[in-house]
Amino acid sequence: MSILNNKQFRDFASQLIVVIGLVAFLWYITSNLLTNIDQRGITTGFDFFSSTAGFGISESPIYFDDTSTYFRAFLVGLSNTLIVSVVGIFFATIIGVLVGVARLSHNFLISKLATVYVEFFRNIPILLQILFWYNVVLAALPSPRASIELGLDSFLNNRGLYVPKAIFENGFLIIFISIIIAVAIAIFVVKRANKKFEETGKETKVFPIVILLLIAIPLFVYNISGGGLTFDNPHLQGFNFIGGMNFSPEFLALTFALSIYTATYISEAVRSGIEAVPKGQKEAAASLGLNSYKSLVLVVLPQAIRISIPPIINQYLNLVKNSSLATAIGYPELVTVFSGTVLNQTGQAIEIIMVTMAVYLTISLTISMLLNYVNKKMEIKGR
Amino acid sequence: MAIYEVKNARPAPSSDKGIFRWILNNLLATPLDVAITFLGLAFIFWVIPPFVNWAIIDATFVGQTASDCTGGGACWVFISQKISMFIYGFYPHEEIYRVNIVFALFFVFVVLFKFVGKSFFQKVLIFSAYPVISYILIAGGYFGLEAIDTAKWGGLMLTLVIASVGIIVSFPIGIVLAFGRQSQLPIIKNLSVGYIEFIRGVPLITLLFMGSVVLPLFFPEGVDFDKLLRALIVITLFQAAYIAEVIRGGLQAIPKGQYEAADSLGLSYWQKMLLVILPQALKVSIPNLVGVSIALFKDTTLVLIIGLFDLLAMVHLTNSDSNWLGHDTEGYVFITFIYWFFCYALSRYSNVLEKKYNTDNR
Repeated sequence: MSILNNKQFRDFASQLIVVIGLVAFLWYITSNLLTNIDQRGITTGFDFFSSTAGFGISESPIYFDDTSTYFRAFLVGLSNTLIVSVVGIFFATIIGVLVGVARLSHNFLISKLATVYVEFFRNIPILLQILFWYNVVLAALPSPRASIELGLDSFLNNRGLYVPKAIFENGFLIIFISIIIAVAIAIFVVKRANKKFEETGKETKVFPIVILLLIAIPLFVYNISGGGLTFDNPHLQGFNFIGGMNFSPEFLALTFALSIYTATYISEAVRSGIEAVPKGQKEAAASLGLNSYKSLVLVVLPQAIRISIPPIINQYLNLVKNSSLATAIGYPELVTVFSGTVLNQTGQAIEIIMVTMAVYLTISLTISMLLNYVNKKMEIKGR
Repeated sequence: MAIYEVKNARPAPSSDKGIFRWILNNLLATPLDVAITFLGLAFIFWVIPPFVNWAIIDATFVGQTASDCTGGGACWVFISQKISMFIYGFYPHEEIYRVNIVFALFFVFVVLFKFVGKSFFQKVLIFSAYPVISYILIAGGYFGLEAIDTAKWGGLMLTLVIASVGIIVSFPIGIVLAFGRQSQLPIIKNLSVGYIEFIRGVPLITLLFMGSVVLPLFFPEGVDFDKLLRALIVITLFQAAYIAEVIRGGLQAIPKGQYEAADSLGLSYWQKMLLVILPQALKVSIPNLVGVSIALFKDTTLVLIIGLFDLLAMVHLTNSDSNWLGHDTEGYVFITFIYWFFCYALSRYSNVLEKKYNTDNR
């Protein structure tokens, strides 16, 4: 028997060939890289992180001015990416779940509207949607002096959305503590009601009590302590608004587009999850005497969620990755600030692209770890 | 013995059929339904009439310049004046016929592929002839055709070039990666997993940036890659990882008995995979393969960011034409329709394929 027919040898040989090929390729590009770096006089290393950036960033959750370092610019980009992702995920989930349920509605009009929504927005590139919101819809908004009033001292104009900003003063601590106490009491009430239900089968309507507790206690404390929470309302001064909190048009366009686009995929996940629950489950619930609400909450949804959650979490990951398209409209998130401005100023392409990719990989890995954890939690427990 | 005759069912009571009953059942069943229906109607009346007014009733369809647009609505003159830029980019005007031939040849080759190609070999030949002929026609430089620099390619033509190269070339790479991921050989398996997870974990835009600023450093001085070629390489490598994951899903759906049956027939690894497993796996993966292809078609718009002029970038560019200021909306609406049409058609096509290959005998 020839050695070529030996399985172990062949396995070893084929892998060896792959490894040799890969090493040769890596050696080739690395040597080219080193020569190129040498010839073009490109600086290497991560020293640039600590030098002064010397540019401004239009919106930043942490303090940043033109004397800050590149590392701080990196942090600004990263935190903007995270902010836009979290806000986008929040709204995408709400819209997605509503639309997913609406598609299965018995109401003809609403299920058709939901279908049209999904089929329309899902089939248009997200970048086109971002540019459309930014260049067409938001650019058409009036100037600050002719702002659209949204009530509650909020204004919408071509500089973005202005809302009152909550300012917490020292006295707020006591209100904060009262909220914690209210939550604790609410949990206690719910637990006791559940226990009573398990023992006697009698139900107590806890929902109104809980809501009352959560609203009344903090409100009562707020009234007797006399404040601690004030609002800084935006107001017009000259040609622009000052005070309050401002969401820039870039931010609005990005979150609008990301939530509307991702919501179509989430709604599909929700729909297929609900549709995947066998009809017999609903019939069994009905024959046990559960009403339609209870059959939905206790029987159908727990099974549907198990099917829907993995694709939904994948969509969250996609949303985070798509947030990088902000660079097309100049919202200062990671890719715009770091792979854009910082790269142009320092010219250290390799390090910067590597760091950017590492950040997204870390986010991806974190999300897939979360996914694995959820999958494990949701596994059907065998008897 | 009594003989029972079958009695025909009585017709449904008149109160239970007809359009009013339908409306009552499907739109106004409960108070909540009534509220939702009216909200829905209000939404439709809020959106549709203004759009129709803008796009059709008040719109201007014929004319030459921006000043012809006197109605308050859309100025479709903008589209008709710029249409050649949207479709061909900066491709020289007198050479546009070459691109049109390529478009026309597409249908010719579909017919050839479906009806003329009989054997597998003939089909492969027809399938591979089209890209070669298209390349020669569009790029030129052979047979006395004037060579057109890729910097002049643009518009819908460029979008289609990027999408089709990305979808077709990534396919075999994706299959190999999927095999690699399922392989028993630890090194090959781990390399495939690492590659796939890396590509899927980072946004395409960072990969495109890498292609445009880092990739040139990996090659010796003088080897100058075309900008378009770099984007094509990156997009193909990107898409291969996604194809690999879809095919892996298909491979996992194949019962173990199929592998064992192939082994017991004495087939080699490649015979087993290519003749027995892959055809079944591909059939199962059709919907998802079309899904990732649609995703890629939409992702081609990202080349705008690295400075290629695809369809979206052309609209972006023509918006800043000083003779046609303020017509962004028309441009965006027009290409929204184009992108939507292609993606929706692809997804319908996947339904057709799914039905065609659904033999349900697994």
